[in-house]
Amino acid sequence: MRRVRDIEEARMRKGNLPAVGGGEGRWEREFPLRTVIADDGSADPAAVTLSDEEAVGLYRWMLLSREVDERMVQLQRQGRIAFYIGAIGEEATVLGTVAGMRQQDWLFPSYREHAGALFRGMPLSTFVCDLLGNAGDRMLGHQMPCHEAWAAGRFVSISAPIATQVPQAVGAAWAARIRGDDMVALTWFGEGATSANDFHTGANFAGVHKIPVVMACRNNGWAISVPRELQTASETIAQKAVAYGIHGERVDGNDLLAVHAATLRARERGAAGLGPTLLECVTYRVEGHSTSDDPRAYRSAEEVEAWRARDPILRMGRYLGWKRLVAAKDTEKFRAEAKDQVRRAVEEAEAFDPKPPVETLFAGVYAEPLWQQREQLAELRAAIAADPRTASPR
Amino acid sequence: MNIIQAVNDALRLEMRRDPSVVVLGEDVGKFGGVFRASQGLQEEFGKERVIDTPLAESGVIGTALGMALYGLKPVPEIQFADFIFPAMDQILSEVAKYRYRSGGQYACPMVIRTPYGGGIRGGHYHSQSPEAHFIHTAGLKVVVPANPHDAKGLLTAAIRDPDPVLFFEPKRMYRAAKGEVPEGEVVVPIGKARVTREGTQVTVIAWGAMWHEADQAVKEGAALGIDAELLDLRSLQPLDIDAIEESVRKTGRAVVVHEAPRTCGFGAEIAALIQERCFLHLEAPVTRVTGFDTPFPYTLENEYLPRAPRILRAIREVVAF
Repeated sequence: MRRVRDIEEARMRKGNLPAVGGGEGRWEREFPLRTVIADDGSADPAAVTLSDEEAVGLYRWMLLSREVDERMVQLQRQGRIAFYIGAIGEEATVLGTVAGMRQQDWLFPSYREHAGALFRGMPLSTFVCDLLGNAGDRMLGHQMPCHEAWAAGRFVSISAPIATQVPQAVGAAWAARIRGDDMVALTWFGEGATSANDFHTGANFAGVHKIPVVMACRNNGWAISVPRELQTASETIAQKAVAYGIHGERVDGNDLLAVHAATLRARERGAAGLGPTLLECVTYRVEGHSTSDDPRAYRSAEEVEAWRARDPILRMGRYLGWKRLVAAKDTEKFRAEAKDQVRRAVEEAEAFDPKPPVETLFAGVYAEPLWQQREQLAELRAAIAADPRTASPR
Repeated sequence: MNIIQAVNDALRLEMRRDPSVVVLGEDVGKFGGVFRASQGLQEEFGKERVIDTPLAESGVIGTALGMALYGLKPVPEIQFADFIFPAMDQILSEVAKYRYRSGGQYACPMVIRTPYGGGIRGGHYHSQSPEAHFIHTAGLKVVVPANPHDAKGLLTAAIRDPDPVLFFEPKRMYRAAKGEVPEGEVVVPIGKARVTREGTQVTVIAWGAMWHEADQAVKEGAALGIDAELLDLRSLQPLDIDAIEESVRKTGRAVVVHEAPRTCGFGAEIAALIQERCFLHLEAPVTRVTGFDTPFPYTLENEYLPRAPRILRAIREVVAF
C-alpha cells in the first residue's frame, strides 16, 4: 500500500477557518467574500438594502429562529420530539436570502430552512405539529420532523435525499418564464450537495436555458463529519459557476445585510433574463448535523468557538446598535417575546392527538386509493381491532 | 456482541487478512460511520484504505467499481438504504452487468453495505427496505443478516465472494440484537437459510429485522398450541430453495413476512415458487404479511410494519384454513 497522502490534511489546516475578508488563492480573489457589516457594526449606507424597519424585523426573525432551534433541541432531549435539525449560526443566510426574494417567488429548501417556511407564513404551532407528527401535522404524519411543506407560502416539500431540489427549482422557474410570470425561484442547499449529481445537472440546465433561479449554497463547512475540504478541491463554491457559464458570487453568510443585498442582485439578474446565480454564503454549522450527531467526535472545540464569536445575530445586533435602532435591553425583550411565542406554539401543538387517524397512512399515495390501499386499510383496521398491540412497538 | 460490533469486527479482520480490502463512503473514515460500523478502522488502516468520500452515492459506487476492476475489494457504505437511489445507475446498469457484458473478461466484486428498515422513527428516507429492486436485477447477490453471528459470518463470506453483494443491515436491530460471536474468523456461507425453530404445522419465512417479529409471533403461537417452523432466509439471492421446499412439504402451509411494501415485494416471488414447486403439498394459500403499499410513514410506522400480532393473526388463519 502506498503511503497515506496528506494533501487533504494540509488543506484542512488552512481551510477549516476560512479567513473572513478573503483568502489568498486566485479564485478567492476572483470571487471575493462580500461583506456589508464591519466588525464594529458600521456599514456603508450605500451598500445597505434594508430599511431600518426591515432590518429590525429581520433581526427579530433571527432571534425567533434561534429560539425555535434551541427549544426544539431541548424537546428532543426530553423525548417529546424524535429528531431535530436546525440552522443555529446560519440564520443570516436563511433569512437574508428569503427576505431578498419577492412574495410570489417559490422556495425549494434543503432541510435547515425552517425559518423560511415560518417567514412565509407557516404558523409556528403548525411547524411544531410537524415535528410531533400528530393529528395537527399538515404532512399527515407522513414525514419525519423538519420535512415540512407550506404551499400557501410557496415553500415546497422537503426531501432528505441531497440536492434533488436543485433541478426542481430550475423547472419551476422555467415554467414561470414559459407562463410569462415574474417569478424567480430560490433554492437552498449545503456545500455537501455540490458533490451530488443533481447540483451539477441543475446548474447546467439553468445555465443553458438562462433560467431565473437563485442557487443559494449554505456553505456551513461540514456535511455531517466531512469537512468542506474533503467535499471539493475548489477554493470556493462560487467559482463552480464559471464552468456552467453562470454568474457566481461569494458573500459572508453571517452578515445578514450582505446576504440580502446579494440575493436582491441575483433576483434582479434572473428577472432581467440574465439567468441563474450561484450564491455561496460562507457560514458555519455551529451545532451537530442534527440531534442524531455528536460533532465532538470529528472536529475541535476551538474551531467551533472561533465561529461562535462570529455569530450572525451578534453581528446584526452590532449593526442595529451602531444605527441606534436597538439597544441591549431591546434584544432582551425580543428574546423574551420569541420565547413566549415558542412556548405558546408548543402548547397549542401538544394539544392535538398524538397520532393522526389510521386512514391517513394510505392518504395521498395516489390521488384516489387503488384497491390495494383500500383492502390494506380494511386489513389493518381488522388487525388493530383484534389485537391493539398491532399498532404498538414491541 | 451486537450487530454493529459484528460488522466492525468482520471488516477489521478481513482488512487485516487481505490488503486489497478498502472501505469507502460518506462519514466512514474519521467519524467511523454515522452508526459507527467502521469505527477505528481509519486509525488502523489509514486514509488510503478507509476513505471519506464526497457526498455523492453514484460517485461512491462508480469509483468502487473502478477499484474492483483494478483488483481491490471495495466495501462501499451507503449511509441509509434510502439514499442508494442516486447510485442505482451504477449498481443496476454497471456493477450488476460488468462480467456479463464483457464476456467474463472483467468482474467487479464488491460488498455494498447499507442499513435498511424501519421502526426507528426515521420517516420514509431513513426506513425503507428496498431489497426487491436488487434481487430483481440479475448479477447481484443480496444478503440480510438477522443477528450478530450471521452479520459477521455473512459479511466475511460476502467480502470473499466473486460477485457483487448487497449487504442489508437491519438498523433497528443494530444494538438490540445481541449474541455470542466467536473471536477470529467466522464464515457463514451465502445461500443457506437457517431453521431457527422446527415445527410441523406452518412454515414462517422471514429475514433481517422481521425475523425477530416472526420469532415473537411463533413463540406466541406456540403458547396457543400452534407448532410453527421458522426459517431465517439470511440470503435472498441466491435463495435457499431446498430449505423452503423441504419445510413447506412437511408443514403444507407458508407465511412470508417482509417489511417492504407488498406489491412486487420478495414475498410475491417466494409465494410463486412455493406454489410452483409444492402445490400438491399445500393445505392453505401461501400468505404474505408485509408493509403496506404506501411510502414508509413516520407517525404510523408501527401500524405499517408487520409486527408480531399481525404475523400471528396470519399464522392462525393459515393453520385454521
